[in-house]
Amino acid sequence: MTGLLEVNNLKTAFISDDKTTQVVRGVSFAVNKGEIVGIVGESGCGKSVTSLSIMRLLKGTSGTIQDGEVRFHDQNLLDLSEQKMRKIRGNSMSMIFQDPMTSLNPVLKIGRQLMQGIMLHLKYPKEKARKYAVSMLESVGIPRAESIMNEYPHQLSGGMNQRVMIAMAMSCNPELLIADEPTTALDVTIQAQILELMKELREKQNTTILMITHDLGVVSEVCDRVIVMYAGRVVEEGKTAEVFENPKHPYTEGLIKSMPKIGQKQSRLYAIPGQVPDPANMPKGCKFAARCPHVMDICTEKEPDLIKDEEGRKHRCWLYQGEYEGGEKVDVKSSTGN
Amino acid sequence: MGRYIIKRIIGLIPLLLAVSFLIFIFIHLIPGDPARLMAGKDATNDEVEALRTYLGLDKPILEQYFIYMKELFQGDLGHSLRSNAPVTQLFGERFLPSLQLSILSIGWAMLIGILLGVISAVFRGRWPDYFGTITAISGISVPNFWLGLVMIQLFAVQFNIFPAGGIETWKGYVLPSFALGAGIMAMITRFTRSSLVQTLQEDFIRTARSRGLGERAIIFGHALKKSMITVLTIAGLQFGFLLGGSIVVETVFSFPGMGRLLIDSIQFRDYPVVQSLLLIFSLEFILVNLIVDILYGFFNPKIRYN
Amino acid sequence: MSETQITTDQTQFVETKQDSNFKRLLRSFKKNKLALYSLYVIILLLLIVIFGPWITPYDPQEANYDSILEAPSWQHLAGTDEFGKDVLSRLIVGARLSLGVGVSAVLLGAVAGTILGLISGFFGKWVDRVIMRICDILFAFPDLVLAIAMVAILGPGMKNVIIAIAFFSTPSFARIVRGETLEIKERLFIEAERSIGAKKSRIILRHVFPQTISTIIVYITMNIGGAIISAASLSFLGLGASPSSPEWGAMLSASRDYIGHAFHLIFFPGLAVFITVLVLNLFGDGLRDVLDPKTRD
Repeated sequence: MTGLLEVNNLKTAFISDDKTTQVVRGVSFAVNKGEIVGIVGESGCGKSVTSLSIMRLLKGTSGTIQDGEVRFHDQNLLDLSEQKMRKIRGNSMSMIFQDPMTSLNPVLKIGRQLMQGIMLHLKYPKEKARKYAVSMLESVGIPRAESIMNEYPHQLSGGMNQRVMIAMAMSCNPELLIADEPTTALDVTIQAQILELMKELREKQNTTILMITHDLGVVSEVCDRVIVMYAGRVVEEGKTAEVFENPKHPYTEGLIKSMPKIGQKQSRLYAIPGQVPDPANMPKGCKFAARCPHVMDICTEKEPDLIKDEEGRKHRCWLYQGEYEGGEKVDVKSSTGN
Repeated sequence: MGRYIIKRIIGLIPLLLAVSFLIFIFIHLIPGDPARLMAGKDATNDEVEALRTYLGLDKPILEQYFIYMKELFQGDLGHSLRSNAPVTQLFGERFLPSLQLSILSIGWAMLIGILLGVISAVFRGRWPDYFGTITAISGISVPNFWLGLVMIQLFAVQFNIFPAGGIETWKGYVLPSFALGAGIMAMITRFTRSSLVQTLQEDFIRTARSRGLGERAIIFGHALKKSMITVLTIAGLQFGFLLGGSIVVETVFSFPGMGRLLIDSIQFRDYPVVQSLLLIFSLEFILVNLIVDILYGFFNPKIRYN
Repeated sequence: MSETQITTDQTQFVETKQDSNFKRLLRSFKKNKLALYSLYVIILLLLIVIFGPWITPYDPQEANYDSILEAPSWQHLAGTDEFGKDVLSRLIVGARLSLGVGVSAVLLGAVAGTILGLISGFFGKWVDRVIMRICDILFAFPDLVLAIAMVAILGPGMKNVIIAIAFFSTPSFARIVRGETLEIKERLFIEAERSIGAKKSRIILRHVFPQTISTIIVYITMNIGGAIISAASLSFLGLGASPSSPEWGAMLSASRDYIGHAFHLIFFPGLAVFITVLVLNLFGDGLRDVLDPKTRD
């Protein structure tokens, strides 16, 4: 296996008039060819901004990539000119977004939106692009593709629009597909269909998929590996089955505990207490300390490193960094500082 | 679509009737005796009364209105008190120049306005944006009659490039249409900018970028079409401003149009002409707004008529 | 009893929120440099309006046939007119007229429109329908055309210009206030207040009206500039102030014939209108951004 995408020490911040708020705070991970990797975390953990940073799609926001590398085919995308980057976007690397209803242009016909990318990257003439677009729509399971070419997004359901989005993203045979919460805005039954479709794509075309989600269910369904993010950092990484079986980081543990389980009667759902720290006012030590059931003195003092253990798992927690095990517990409330 | 338009036109009938009635009442509220005015200073009381009966001015006001409406539908707008010419004939001479002036004004105003607005939005927060914003706010604040006079001084008196008045050649249209269009250009610039800035932050723009489209394709192919919906509505509203402005600008440039006819007719208390002009102005305004509504649907696929 | 509790709590909440917001608003307004400088110019204009007659360099009425149509010089910064009157002095005393007409017309329109809008929005049903239909009819006329028609009926003169401009401003105020009123009405606490039997007039005055004020203020500021231009246009057309008056539009109208000979007679009165309207618009923009951020670009 070769690393198709490698993100090294990525730092992205939002800059407004008077303050800079770092939301991606030194993220590193790699995605191998043919893999489906999930990035999971609560909203605000920086997972979406990470994906936008990889595609360099922060234009129009106040977000700026401050530091790090995004290596794609051993080429640092952050060094490329905007022009060269455009040749990659939608071509060898493409993306689908959370809300298909707002992510498609409401005033342009589906066909036109689909054909734009095809004509741009594959250099197909109009008629050929049109035929190809229809075949793309069919391949993602859209019925009466021919007539849908002439329809507008609002005439289609959310699930259909997401299929259109996938068809658009897949139309130039990308090596990497980034899916940013692709099922969040959809009904449960439609969610399953879309996930099925994505698995199919991987099987048929060997597409590498980076799946951004807050839903562990989605991760367990489709991902080979999972990266857990918290407060702009990676806190745990490993094979999906292993992470679910034996979560190392207390945050991951909390996330798994808060998943509703089918066929298991629970009097009430578990929720991780407390809130994600304010990115403008980050605590000094471990960012999860204030909410952690295993918090120790060291946790509020110093932030642990992301370490790789002998099983090949990565985690960022003092519990596994040796000397502080079984430390004294401090009062959770007083240690938050707010 | 055809049915929708017909439906809309039928829906306008009550409004048109109310407007025509209001204008009719307006005119009859004007102090002064039209019969006395028309008969002339030397006329005897009997002569004035005879004329009043002849004009139908002695009848109850509601009956006068019905007569007026009946004649209106037969294409008879009455006669000018001043020249005794049929009002329709007066309009025939004046309508075309005014229409040409309006179209020229709104034409350049939209073209430049949209262009400046796009530039401002694209270079948001940088100097082209400030330039666009300052131009826009100046254009909104400048009285168009003063702008007209300043341009006469500059281009007619000082440099003698364009005439100060009259429309013997196409040159006669240049200064008036500039003075008339400036304010509208400014409005369109502002609304294009703000609407485009908003559109550029929408999700589908990010999608277009993620497809590798260039900025030009994104702005002209994706964002502008959506923004045009707002801009078009504004342009329609500005048409009222244009009609009002044309009265002033036509006066400045001694332009032989409907606007100056209105002022002349008011000064001569030429009621039939004033009445018909008010009706025409509001009719034009209503009509343009209807057209805008229809075009709105053309740009916005979410509104489909059936 | 519990409903009364809720009502007072929420009212207090709204008030305290506005109070603590005030300083923040002031700060964000100060950030908008253009609007801030405009405010300074507006204050200067207001001083001219108040102290105008005492600060003119010459008697604005005094004719001097030795120095007619003089170009601007150090003696007469804006030159003299066809009677040798000092143009700058006339502009200074005319500020009262030009600004006065614009401001009073918009205020009059705002008051009338607000009352109609509150009634329309609060009572709804046929009252609302009648008021809104009348507004629709008035909207069918371009503003200036309506004003010209009004002045034609009432006769020329400053007072009638004010009435005419107020007349065409009223429907837009009515429509905006009606919209706000409907929105406020939907909110819970008025329902609660009504259910404990408060009088309707009291609800409108105590609870609905105060919440529409910021919108009304923004809209007034945004409209004064346009009203000043409309008034000047009417005077220019000979339908407003008399040609001998130092009202800026009337000054322009009187000096039209001197174009080519004495351009300063045209330039300065128009410039005065332009600058006044410009600063009012800039200020209005800044105020809107602060008070009504949802309409911001």
